[in-house]
Amino acid sequence: MTSPNRPRSFQEIILRLQNYWAAQGCAVLQPYDMEVGAGTFHPATTLRALGGRSWAAAYVQPSRRPTDGRYGENPNRLQHYYQYQVIIKPSPANLQDLYLGSLRAIGLDPMIHDVRFVEDDWESPTLGAWGLGWEVWCDGMEVSQFTYFQQVGGHDCRPVSGELTYGLERLAMYVLGVEHVMDMPFNDPEAPIPLTYGDIFRQTEREYSRWNFDVADTDTLFQHFKDAEAECARILSADPVDGAGRTIPMAHPAYDQAIKASHIFNLLDARGVISVTERQAYIGRVRALAKACADLFVTTDAAQA
Amino acid sequence: MPDLLIELFSEEIPARMQARAREDLKKLVTDGLVNAGLTYASAGAFSTPRRLTLAIEGLTAQSAVLREEKKGPPIDGRDEAIIGFLRGAGFEAEPKWYAERIQSLRDGNVLTSDYVLVRVGEQKGKRFLFAGFEYPGRPAAEIVAEVLDATIRNFPWPKSMRWGAGSLRWVRPLHSILCLLSDEAGATVVPLTVEGIAAGNTTRGHRFLSPDAFTVTGFDDYAAKLRRAHVILDSHEREEAIRQGAENLAFARGWQIVPDDTLLSEVAGLVEWPVPLMGVIEQRFLDLPPEVLQTSMKEHQKFFSARNPKTGRIEGFVTVANIETPDDGATILAGNQRVLAARLSDAAFFWENDLREAKAGMGAWAEGLKSVTFHNKLGSQADRIERIAALAREIAPLVGADADQAEQAARLAKLDLRSAMVGEFPELQGTMGRYYALAAGQPEAVADAARDHYSPLGPSDDVPTAPVSVAVALADKIDTLTGFWAIDEKPTGSKDPYALRRAALGVIRLVLGNKVRLSTKEVVEQTILREFIPPAQTLGQNESAKVDSLERKLADLNWHPTLLGSGLASRSDAEAELMTLKAEAEEAVAHRDNVLARLAAAPADLLSFLHDRLKVHLRDQGIRHDIIDAVLAQLGNDDLVLVARRATALNAMLQTEDGRNLTQGLKRAGNILAQAEDKDGVEYSFGADVKFAETKEERALFAALDTAEPAIKQAIAAEDFPAAMTAIARLRSPIDAFFDTVQVNTDHQIVRRNRLNLLHRIRAAGQQIADFTKVEG
Repeated sequence: MTSPNRPRSFQEIILRLQNYWAAQGCAVLQPYDMEVGAGTFHPATTLRALGGRSWAAAYVQPSRRPTDGRYGENPNRLQHYYQYQVIIKPSPANLQDLYLGSLRAIGLDPMIHDVRFVEDDWESPTLGAWGLGWEVWCDGMEVSQFTYFQQVGGHDCRPVSGELTYGLERLAMYVLGVEHVMDMPFNDPEAPIPLTYGDIFRQTEREYSRWNFDVADTDTLFQHFKDAEAECARILSADPVDGAGRTIPMAHPAYDQAIKASHIFNLLDARGVISVTERQAYIGRVRALAKACADLFVTTDAAQA
Repeated sequence: MPDLLIELFSEEIPARMQARAREDLKKLVTDGLVNAGLTYASAGAFSTPRRLTLAIEGLTAQSAVLREEKKGPPIDGRDEAIIGFLRGAGFEAEPKWYAERIQSLRDGNVLTSDYVLVRVGEQKGKRFLFAGFEYPGRPAAEIVAEVLDATIRNFPWPKSMRWGAGSLRWVRPLHSILCLLSDEAGATVVPLTVEGIAAGNTTRGHRFLSPDAFTVTGFDDYAAKLRRAHVILDSHEREEAIRQGAENLAFARGWQIVPDDTLLSEVAGLVEWPVPLMGVIEQRFLDLPPEVLQTSMKEHQKFFSARNPKTGRIEGFVTVANIETPDDGATILAGNQRVLAARLSDAAFFWENDLREAKAGMGAWAEGLKSVTFHNKLGSQADRIERIAALAREIAPLVGADADQAEQAARLAKLDLRSAMVGEFPELQGTMGRYYALAAGQPEAVADAARDHYSPLGPSDDVPTAPVSVAVALADKIDTLTGFWAIDEKPTGSKDPYALRRAALGVIRLVLGNKVRLSTKEVVEQTILREFIPPAQTLGQNESAKVDSLERKLADLNWHPTLLGSGLASRSDAEAELMTLKAEAEEAVAHRDNVLARLAAAPADLLSFLHDRLKVHLRDQGIRHDIIDAVLAQLGNDDLVLVARRATALNAMLQTEDGRNLTQGLKRAGNILAQAEDKDGVEYSFGADVKFAETKEERALFAALDTAEPAIKQAIAAEDFPAAMTAIARLRSPIDAFFDTVQVNTDHQIVRRNRLNLLHRIRAAGQQIADFTKVEG
């Protein structure tokens, strides 16, 4: 890891990934402007994996997992973190090579590291989605998830999308040789004002951990869940023809409500107010929304080849 | 004779699927070739993470000519039958055509096509149609192409996928197909294209060390070039390299590798070029329980554990890289070490927190189990622990355990389910329970029971022998079985979601292994009486109470309901409501009666389930099922130790000639007796008197029975079944001699009755041992 190619900061790793995937022809998108649990929830992945139209996108997605909050004290766990997501449809034959190129781009040379593709099938019960692939190991550490989508929202993916997900903090900590996430240089350590990850996120991790675990009002959240569910159903059942006679089905606005319901469920889970048996029922309700959105999306122009 | 080489080159195949895939590839291809008329000398299948390979030697270059003759209907019979036969032979035509040909055949002419000749032949003086088929031989390449195409398309992967825009399914994207037939003249590619992938004669080496494509001419060339390209083709060779390499690394430090064949074969399926590297576990983690170190390293990192024999602790690990690097793996090892440190920091954190809770008595864990549902009809884990504790107490004296200790052990045994460590590593349940029980100051016997009470988990698992462990292990399984029987969730067909067959086998092995004498049925009855009948009896009470209350109110003619008080607007409303309530109460009571009836039937039903599992268990030990049936027909069949001992003794006796003949004799006696009883409408049961005996064989049988009867009785009372078998086996020759010389059904009624009564003594002697009518042969 002493190669001259080695990046110096968290943001440099992100920038290199952006440049690399842009050079491979991906549209470099921006994060989705809603709270999501993973980059997969971005409609650029979930919805665009459906239908026959070709697609290639890469983006950073801030992701929230309220139950993973540790008040900023755990070296590896955060309730808010970043994923780097790449999705290409149809999956190109050289996707593994493209992926390995991205590791080289951030300074992980597979000739001195041990890079391995270890079976790991991916499934998202809330999205009604699954795929086969691997977790990619670098020197025994999982650095990415590599998946060929087979189904999303209950629909067979034809063609198949290839999806790559990098857990950015963990990957960067390894590349930069940092033991605690909060110590990781965010910008260039030689910059006039060097900032660590902790300078930016220590306080927010503490605040959100408290709110997620102890303070979030569960009655309000339960109500929000119901509201999102109802609004999603309302949007989906709206007449596709508007007052001016235009046919505009609204898959994306409905899907926003599904995302919202999913995140509220995660918050309720962190508050510990969802029992084991209820859990399955809630996941089933979110999945029903995601499926209904997928059903509508595949009828729209964006899904046609 | 050509050789065939096939390689299916793909993205990384899951390690756990490779062994099965090798076998499937070999079977599908060789079966396909043989079915098409080829033969071969030998076949070997290989796998690496990126390839499945099949090498076949000595394949025939061409399939043999296949000849076959089919007999058809009589030529002078109905035309319809003849037309059907001709169709089957490949002749499709207009009705007129058939009429002409049938006439022509009848005239003695033949009908031919490319591969079939139909003629009339004679058989036993009758004229039949015969169709002689002759399929010409086909070149091997043509057959190989067909068979391989079908194999790829129908490969039985446990999970397969599509990729890109194609529709082919494979375990992961398939990149290339190598398919080569080679003989002295050289190698030729078998022409074959599967969904756009054309077969060729090239492959690739190691993903990083030798990524370029190269051509091969046959298997030897292929294996040698792969090796130069940093790929060891044979998984067994990779396993051996890993094992040797790891042992050498450990040996250099004076350590030993903890053997783990499952891990070895998994790791061999993750690498093409294994490079074992040894690392040292940091001092601060060495006090973690060895099981924790081992599990964490194995499950998360796929590391082998290295034990220091001087300290007995696990102090090192071996990770297997897939690459040789310029720094001899230093970077790789440092990375792995780092990941391990993070994992073990988590484990150490769990361990310390758990120990703190254990030392505080584990009250919080017990409390926590109240909110963990075991099954929605069987309550929480805490409820289950209460039941197991009561059962363990009851079983304790039968297994020589202290009742208080057994109860205490049952209360503690499952508390580790709430510990952070078991939350992270569920496979450490029980193992951690033992550590935590010891930390809580519990005696060894109690702590061991926490560890061992899940055992035995399978047919070859060790059976606990310590009395407290046996008590809790039995209680655990009997509670499971009784509970699911009580709520009518029994296994059906292949569905056994609660692993009740395993639990039943566990009971059987615990009981037999420890010679635990207990009436299984009684224990189950007691449990049902204690745990499940009382709640069932309360079913319907609420509904009935509502009826009573409303009836009482209506009995007062001055009572007029008000909306405010009862929600009912008038007496007639109330009367209608009463009807509804009565119907509901009736339904609830009927439901209660159903449940109670089921609970009453459950012990016998569960016992017969245990008997079925016992049959399977004993059959695996070489005891025939009919022998077990014969023994199960006896009283006391819910004492499984007794059943097994009887069956074993009977089985041994039936291995001898005496035993087999005796069985015949007993059966014959039984049959004659049964027929006579049937005919005469009486039971011949006593009164046989030697003074009516007419022959010496008859008198000898009297004498033999006089000796055998008390001997059998005594042996049975002493539960000495081999002695009982010996005693009854002595009856063999007197019985044989009797049947050889004496006719039972004589005209002399007194003699006949006496002989039938004598036969009863034989039957009764047999019945002491088993129901011989159930023994086959």
